[in-house]
Amino acid sequence: MSSQRKYDLILILLGLVIFAIFEILIVTKTIGAFWQLNLLLIGINIIMAASLNLINGYTGQFSLGHAGFMAVGAYVGVVATTNFHLPLFVALILGAVAAGILGFLIGLPTLRLKGDYLAIATLGLGEIIRIVIMNIDYVGGAAGFKGIPHLTNFAWVFFAVLFTLFFIKNFVNSDLGRACIAIRENEIAAEAMGVNTTKFKVMAFTIGAAFAGIAGGLFAHNFYLISPASFTFMASFNYLIMVVLGGLGSLTGSIAGAFVVTFISAALADLPEFRMIIYALALILLMFYRPQGLFGYMEISSISIFRKFFDRLKGKRDV
Amino acid sequence: MSKNELLRAENVSQVFGGLRAVSNFDMQINRGELIGLIGPNGAGKTTVFNFITGVYQPTTGEVEFDGKSVVGLAPYEITQRGIARTFQNIRLFSELSVLDNVKIAKHCHTKYGLLESIFRVGRYESEEKQIEDECRELLKIFKLEDKIDETAKNLPYGAQRRLEIARALATQPKLLLLDEPAAGMNPQETHELMEMIRWIRKNFGLTVLLIEHDMSLVMGICERLYVLEYGMIIATGTPEEIQNNPEVIRAYLGAETIN
Repeated sequence: MSSQRKYDLILILLGLVIFAIFEILIVTKTIGAFWQLNLLLIGINIIMAASLNLINGYTGQFSLGHAGFMAVGAYVGVVATTNFHLPLFVALILGAVAAGILGFLIGLPTLRLKGDYLAIATLGLGEIIRIVIMNIDYVGGAAGFKGIPHLTNFAWVFFAVLFTLFFIKNFVNSDLGRACIAIRENEIAAEAMGVNTTKFKVMAFTIGAAFAGIAGGLFAHNFYLISPASFTFMASFNYLIMVVLGGLGSLTGSIAGAFVVTFISAALADLPEFRMIIYALALILLMFYRPQGLFGYMEISSISIFRKFFDRLKGKRDV
Repeated sequence: MSKNELLRAENVSQVFGGLRAVSNFDMQINRGELIGLIGPNGAGKTTVFNFITGVYQPTTGEVEFDGKSVVGLAPYEITQRGIARTFQNIRLFSELSVLDNVKIAKHCHTKYGLLESIFRVGRYESEEKQIEDECRELLKIFKLEDKIDETAKNLPYGAQRRLEIARALATQPKLLLLDEPAAGMNPQETHELMEMIRWIRKNFGLTVLLIEHDMSLVMGICERLYVLEYGMIIATGTPEEIQNNPEVIRAYLGAETIN
């Protein structure tokens, strides 16, 4: 077996061990209901942050409408399970496909825009998606969709996270991912190197949207009710904050960002009046002292204390 | 069109608003030639590169490469047909490593798809290994092998220029366009660059078109020269012919017109 695939398998094995530890903690009730809910939210946010990072961090296309794709995945998912009694797995895939197709259709025209213009266009499109959903009576309109079966559990979220991270990690380490990163670094040079920039921008956007759809499906089946109010542009901003805080272009950063943001808002739940102030201060301080985010472009496997461990996993000998 | 001909530009004009950047431009390059394009600042040299590589669409005229028209193609399609270029103001992927810079240029020769990259099956493994080997080989030629993991923006200026040429070569072009490759280099580096251009042309079987202000380099390696002034070709010929051409001397030195 090739060393790279072996490395992937070992990482998956490592993931299973982490999963087992958390599962035991949950079963033995060491983690209470409140933190269990937050654990699920952290997982869902990791999927959102990592998929947004593929668009914003790796491909360098500033998108602000990510919550819109999450909403599409959520609503398609709940209709599939509640009205058509399909299993959650099928619902998640349907949600991902729907969000992906929408991402593709939106991406084709908007990704011609650059920088601020793209940000405003995606912001607007995210809002359009939300308002369209709000006006569809079939899914409950502004009041929201009620009676959703509670199907999401830790196992679903954990393996969805694992799949997302695995997918994006291998994507960015391939020729396709290099093409996306080249677009971020210098679009003119990327084009001169034979990269079809439109194709790869749309590809990154579509993949990112599809994963947001999965996250939306998991999110929706964790509550008995979802409403369009959960997917406003404030939600999109929140995911953007996770990505920037963790580091644009770092998957480890997206995990850390999702973890930190979710953790801070949960830990401050008892101090609602100070919550946003502390949260904002934390962000300002971070941007002052570490503008590149917690991890910058680095991954955990390239930080010196961990590098030895990961090199051994990869089967590299010390030189 | 003769079999030996690689690039032909016929009667090309490039107009930006009221400005005629290039007018009635004719050029013909045979396989294996090393051609220089010179002229005073603002004469339209880089514009010529830009319409050959599809960055601009020529207002009128025809550009044929390898027997086929390239007018109307996007820059990436022209690169895939076999024209690679470097930029006057260096455009590296500055936050990436030296090796990754070159790897990206292998894009048009990589065949594996999305699923193969995600699950690392099929052609992924063998092609990635081949890309890595070829890139290391190229970097060795350009004396960058000990800087493989360095971030591109941290390289000295001369090394950045060399990396840009290495990256252009990684696309496996038939025609290489170099836009002022010696700009900012000292005489020693310029001399080394000259040797390198000669060497890569011979070993890669390339055709080269270069823009350069450094006359020692131009006269030293080019076989034929085109001289541009105000967007028009005022002279073509061998370096000797050009050096003695009164029109060229006037354009460069600003002497009174000799009739």
